[in-house]
Amino acid sequence: MPNLQEYLLLAPEILLATAGLLLLVFGAVGRGMGNRDSALVTVVSLVLTGGVLLRVHAVLNTPRLLILGGSFVLDGFSFFMKLLVLVATALTVLLSVRFLEEGNYRASEYYALLLLAASGMLFMASGYTLLTIWISLETMALASYVLAGYFKRERRSNEAALKYFILGAMSSGVLLYGISLLYGAAGTVQLSELSEALRGAQGNPLVPLGWLLLLAGLLFKVAAVPFHVWTPDVYVGAPTPVTAWLAVASKAASFAILLRIFYEGLGSLHVEWQTIIAIISVITMVWGNVAALTQDNVKRMLAYSSIAHAGYILIGVLAMSQVGLWSVLFYLLAYTFITLGVFGTVILLERREYAGETCADYAGLARRSPFLAAMMLLFMVALTGIPPTGGFVGKFYLFAAAVQAGWSWVAVIGVLTSAISLYYYFRIVLYMYLRDSDQTTPTPLQAPALVGAIAFCALATLALGIYPGPFIELAKQSLLPMLP
Amino acid sequence: MHNVPILSIICYLPLVGALLIAFGMKSSQGALIRKVATGFVFVDFLLSLPLWFLFDRNGELFQFRESAPWIQSLGVRYEFGIDGIALLLVLLTTLLGVLAFLSSWTAVHDREKEYYIFLLLLQTGMLGVFMALDFFLFYVFWEVMLVPMYFLIGIWGGPRRLYAAIKFFLYTLVGSVLMLLGILALYFYNSSGLFGWKGLGNPASFSIPQFHQIGASIPPDLQFWIFLAFFVGFAIKVPMFPFHTWLPDAHVEAPTAGSVILAGVLLKMGTYGFVRFSLPILPHATLKALPWVAGLSLIGIIYGALVAMAQKDMKKLVAYSSVSHLGFVMLGMFALNGPGLNGSVLQMINHGLSTGALFLLVGVIYERRHTRAIADYGGISQVMPLYATVFLIITMSSIGLPTLNGFIGEFTILVGAFNRVWWWGVIAALGIVLGAAYMLWMYQRVFFGPLTNPDNRGLKDLNRREILYLAPLIILCFWIGLYPKPFLAVLEKPVNYVVAKVDPTYATAVAAAPIVPAATATPAAAAAGE
Repeated sequence: MPNLQEYLLLAPEILLATAGLLLLVFGAVGRGMGNRDSALVTVVSLVLTGGVLLRVHAVLNTPRLLILGGSFVLDGFSFFMKLLVLVATALTVLLSVRFLEEGNYRASEYYALLLLAASGMLFMASGYTLLTIWISLETMALASYVLAGYFKRERRSNEAALKYFILGAMSSGVLLYGISLLYGAAGTVQLSELSEALRGAQGNPLVPLGWLLLLAGLLFKVAAVPFHVWTPDVYVGAPTPVTAWLAVASKAASFAILLRIFYEGLGSLHVEWQTIIAIISVITMVWGNVAALTQDNVKRMLAYSSIAHAGYILIGVLAMSQVGLWSVLFYLLAYTFITLGVFGTVILLERREYAGETCADYAGLARRSPFLAAMMLLFMVALTGIPPTGGFVGKFYLFAAAVQAGWSWVAVIGVLTSAISLYYYFRIVLYMYLRDSDQTTPTPLQAPALVGAIAFCALATLALGIYPGPFIELAKQSLLPMLP
Repeated sequence: MHNVPILSIICYLPLVGALLIAFGMKSSQGALIRKVATGFVFVDFLLSLPLWFLFDRNGELFQFRESAPWIQSLGVRYEFGIDGIALLLVLLTTLLGVLAFLSSWTAVHDREKEYYIFLLLLQTGMLGVFMALDFFLFYVFWEVMLVPMYFLIGIWGGPRRLYAAIKFFLYTLVGSVLMLLGILALYFYNSSGLFGWKGLGNPASFSIPQFHQIGASIPPDLQFWIFLAFFVGFAIKVPMFPFHTWLPDAHVEAPTAGSVILAGVLLKMGTYGFVRFSLPILPHATLKALPWVAGLSLIGIIYGALVAMAQKDMKKLVAYSSVSHLGFVMLGMFALNGPGLNGSVLQMINHGLSTGALFLLVGVIYERRHTRAIADYGGISQVMPLYATVFLIITMSSIGLPTLNGFIGEFTILVGAFNRVWWWGVIAALGIVLGAAYMLWMYQRVFFGPLTNPDNRGLKDLNRREILYLAPLIILCFWIGLYPKPFLAVLEKPVNYVVAKVDPTYATAVAAAPIVPAATATPAAAAAGE
């Protein structure tokens, strides 16, 4: 029987889930809550959760604490991922306010789903048995399916939700099947026990089959090739703030469990899975970048770019070292700010629900709105990985981890594909700065929350590039056993 | 005096100007913007002049050092400092900066605010590259510079500017990302080691002097890979044959100021990279690569000259002549001896001066007639006598006529090449002949003969602003040509240092029996003493 104190350590997760449920209830009572009120409540609850999280982290006097019968872990790694999820979700809320107003959709359920999904992500970051992880993953996934189809009057949104749901449910099934095979082989789902048990089960054919299926399910969630086919359609069809959120928070949380399971539970098998991940990483980088070259729809291009970035992050994963882990965390942080900034700018330019999506809509933006163009330029430079931005330091760190671990050939492909990515990222820059449009009316910057969020992301991107020290130190707090 | 972070001030002053213009001025204030921008680079130039006088020729190798921790967890430091080579390149950058800005006053009217912002940012990037003594910091500046250059070509360039801009960017980016992997390999070898190679266990650092220290101890196979990674990055930037194809496109499409900076300074980054990194850090691989690099340089010299001869566009001709001239610089450098390296570095400066001047001159006539085709001209010397004179001086400097700067550079390079492998010198000398041919032939077609084209009758000669920005270049061309000693004196120590690092046997052999040409007066004997 776990004692009450252990539940106190779950305060951030409980708080966030409660806030989500309350929002759902109050939204349904009477005339419900307005868009701005709900957004305010959401941001406040995210901030409060962040405060509680900091407090919980502060009272921990060990670097690593297992609670609830070893199914829930509190460590530097989970702390970092949770902070990341909270920041990403809060920024997503700021990105959503005007978008929901223009689409004229009810807002409180939207924010409630966002909070519930975020609480699922917090559990993912701390889950320490395969089942805890799977259930929290489903919490996040179910809420995301609904969010992807939130614009119920839009056909593309419906299509996105349906595709996402069917393929997502499938991948969850595969994942669960992999878990059951591993359980069959090892007799446990708890990660540290699993790791012990697998040492003695080298010849068991269930083990490779189990982790391969598990890996396939996770690669679907992070959108790696060849499990990426849902990504472009969902990214284009989902409401743009949801797309942004899927691209960062969902991806980050999925990488968190990928790292947790493969580093801690399957660390002893690393020689086998490293090769597979190296191959997947290379295919993902090449395919994501090459496919992005020909996209004219900006959201579609960003979808392929997010696939490519999953490939880069896998470079850090495959290093299977402490440096690799830190580089992944740092990269996720930088990627979060950059991507939210990009999507924020896209949202600001979308005049109606889906307008403003092709590259041509960006023509002459430098004249119409120098501020937005400059922001977009910064984010594109960062996505390409050019200094002085967080994108550069992030990629630098990832490639460093790979070179150190002896995966130089993967790093070579990584740097070459990121040079290729320049072409399509700078296509937008080309339209913004190098082409003129007939349209000369300045784009107004209403929506202070949105503009504020974009500016914040831009500052964070620069800060991560110019003075990354403190952020690297934060990432360095996460130490996992098993790692050299 | 030494407490003032003079290098940082010089490096970031243009950035301050860019920020001031970006946030403090409106696009409609074109006249004010160009004055302010030019003011900033001019003050920057004035600030860089004391470096020349304060630089202690007999002092430490790297001077005006600045050092502060930057990203401690990675061992990255903010480290600035210059040796004689960097000193000359910094001065060249600040000088050409002023001239390029002045030349833009009438050439650029469209989107002036952005233009000057990008030009200023470029200036900061270039200065940072030459000043950085931390490899990470160096790389940051190296890449930062690409973005403004992309815009300069892409917005204010010629008809095919979009293609040229992205081509320039992609080519140089591919080179530099590979270089990044080389940097990482060095970094890990110096500290914790990388897969398959046991590290030296030094504290994690990107310090360039530190890498110089460990250079000789890097195992040959690792040296080979790092050299290859660096080579691609630097060779594209130089550009060496066969990596040169971005250069003519970028040059032809870039606005005048862009071409001046591109030819004058940006191309020197590749050669600077070789002399600062490849040679001293990877001596073993350098010696191994010697025949290959020299071969490519020789091909570049001849090929560039031949292609230049066939050009109908003046700017393209100058662009291909750069391929040939940079071949000389590379050849001299890879002679790996005192005269060769001296000449190589000096020729970097010479090329910056004379090719910068040539682009400025082509810009002058392009502004008046909006064509650069050689066939559109003829007999210009009758209407523009002063212009013709200046052009002639610069042409002579470019083909290496004695009393002008090109002669000193090319001659010392040839001495170096002869010393290493005699027939390198023979082929390179052939390149000089070809160089004289295409330059003089162009000069003849443009300036002499009857004034057939009626459009050329009304051409106005150089105005005062144009004389103002051409005069310093001419003075410097004569100065280096007549009295190169101050420049060689600055180079002596760093050149000997590099020679001692890369080819210690040669350095000691020279110390025993100095083979020094009179023209350079290089006491290479001190080489071994470093």
